[in-house]
Amino acid sequence: MKAQIKKKLTDYDMQQLIGQVLRVGVILSGTIAGIGGIWYLFQQGSGTPHYGTFTGEPAGFTSLTGIYKGILTGSAAEIIQLGVVILIATPIIRIIFSLFSFILEKDGLYVIITLIVLSVILFSMFGGLKV
Amino acid sequence: MTILTFTLILLAGAYLAGLAGSLTGLGGGVVIIPLLTLFFHVDIRYAIGAALVASIATSSGSASAYVKEGITNVRLGMFLEIATTVGAVAGAIIAVYTPVNTVAIVFGVMLIFSASMTLRKKNEQILTEGSRMSDILKLNSTYPSPEGPVPYKLKHIGRGFSVMTIAGVLSGLLGIGSGALKVLAMDTAMRVPFRVSTTTSNFMVGVTAAASAVVYLQRGYIDPGIAFPVVIGVLAGAITGSKILMKINVNALKLIFSIAITLIAINMIYNGFNHKF
Repeated sequence: MKAQIKKKLTDYDMQQLIGQVLRVGVILSGTIAGIGGIWYLFQQGSGTPHYGTFTGEPAGFTSLTGIYKGILTGSAAEIIQLGVVILIATPIIRIIFSLFSFILEKDGLYVIITLIVLSVILFSMFGGLKV
Repeated sequence: MTILTFTLILLAGAYLAGLAGSLTGLGGGVVIIPLLTLFFHVDIRYAIGAALVASIATSSGSASAYVKEGITNVRLGMFLEIATTVGAVAGAIIAVYTPVNTVAIVFGVMLIFSASMTLRKKNEQILTEGSRMSDILKLNSTYPSPEGPVPYKLKHIGRGFSVMTIAGVLSGLLGIGSGALKVLAMDTAMRVPFRVSTTTSNFMVGVTAAASAVVYLQRGYIDPGIAFPVVIGVLAGAITGSKILMKINVNALKLIFSIAITLIAINMIYNGFNHKF
């Protein structure tokens, strides 16, 4: 493992790493959403859907703390939301891995480009755009 | 209709959407929105949330294979993601001030454009002379082929970047990957070879959609009861699609699908003008 790190990191290594990050993210989120989904059908499957009017989701589904609290109480919907959050996080984590790869490749220009993309997403996350 | 039947029908619909999206290259999100709004009468805002999540799932799922094979131009994707993410955040802000019926009309127009794009001729020509900008940004690269790596160079980087910004805005506003516009920017303007542009576009969809999805999640557009059948269905459909893609002739399918999409689009535009959303 150490010999590998010492060796100069190439574009090929980065491609394998990014590909792996994306794959793990999709499998993990799909599995969690699937388990949550089956459980959700057991809990609420006999109810009636009411998606015709938009009410917005309750706080429990829209924030990490809300999702965490919901899971602790055994609510399946929040488990699905956890899967969704992991899915949304997957491309963002991919950017962070790209950033480290460009740093190791000593590609200054692309370190800056990657940082710009990352800051746009972070602004979107914490910029209070939810209105 | 109970939640159980709703989920099962939606799961089947999302599977077909993922399959069609993967075979035609349009992506899963494009079919999910009309399916949810016109067929299930789901509010278009929930549909946008679900489509965004579906776009991220299909993009990440298929991109992982293409990136590993070295077809995707990661630097080009990274550079253009500046344009698409800024656009996507702008789109998510614009969405607040846009009436849902207008969103539906814009979506319909975008759908017709996407359908016509699937029928157009691919860019097979490879440039051997690139622009200076392309050189500075290290965008010239190679892609693997049975005859060994094929080198290619790019031009009109600024023009491609501008179209990408528009693609980002539409993606943030409508919740779709806007793959068609992305390919237009890369193929037509920057002269990226077809295989590279489709896979790089796919690679970028995930990040672009994530940029606006974080906003829509906080706004409460993403409902778990819709999200889970959509994600699982679209993913399974996309996997089937990638397995049978090489075995069937997609040209006839693309034509049928484009006609179907255009009819759906006209329906959405009509309903939008009549304030049915």
